Amino acid sequence: MIRVRIQSEPIDAGGELAAAEAEGAGAVASFTGLVRADDGVTGLALEHYPGMTEASLTALAEAAALRWDLLGATIVHRVGEMIPGDRVVFVAASARHRAPALEACAYLIDRLKADAPFWKRETRGGDSRWVEARAVDEDAAKRWD
Amino acid sequence: MGLRMLYFAWVREGVGTGEEQVEPPADVVTVADLIGWLKGRSEGHAVALAEPARLRAAIDQRFVAPDAAIAGAREVALFPPVTGG
Repeated sequence: MIRVRIQSEPIDAGGELAAAEAEGAGAVASFTGLVRADDGVTGLALEHYPGMTEASLTALAEAAALRWDLLGATIVHRVGEMIPGDRVVFVAASARHRAPALEACAYLIDRLKADAPFWKRETRGGDSRWVEARAVDEDAAKRWD
Repeated sequence: MGLRMLYFAWVREGVGTGEEQVEPPADVVTVADLIGWLKGRSEGHAVALAEPARLRAAIDQRFVAPDAAIAGAREVALFPPVTGG
């Protein structure tokens, strides 16, 4: 089952994981991305492109399900204002065995970072700036081509 | 034919709006042409769109290259490289 959601509410990773585990798979792999507090970051705001975001995440989850013959793929991404420690993104892949689950999970988060229209703005005290895209993220996405 | 423009992140802040309706002339054929033409709309547009190499684009919610034709497009979005996840 494909589950894709954009939400401004906190992500319930336990609830999402329980839903992934209820699909009769032998293996569930998940990844949770958190707001880091390094370099004095005090806040993170996420902007997205409504409509295109949902479509691109659904296409991504469907591609993973097809490529690894998954029983389920979950992508939940938070938008709006967050603070260090908050969950930004949760992805999970359910498969019969661990190898496809682990690979599909890495694929989902690597490709999401390159293909989904989200933009981060970091706040440090009174100073706020848009996060620049990183070449290392593009390279991580390309390894799945 | 009117075109719905969408702007995100620092492009939106620079332009001063997240959305506007525009009527590009017939000699505006590609996304790159459109960016060049939009620069003339205001000082904010000129600054936000000054460096096309820093911009990415989508036509009707699909990523496209700068040489993509805008013929038949209903919605064109301009934004910085994405940084989600």
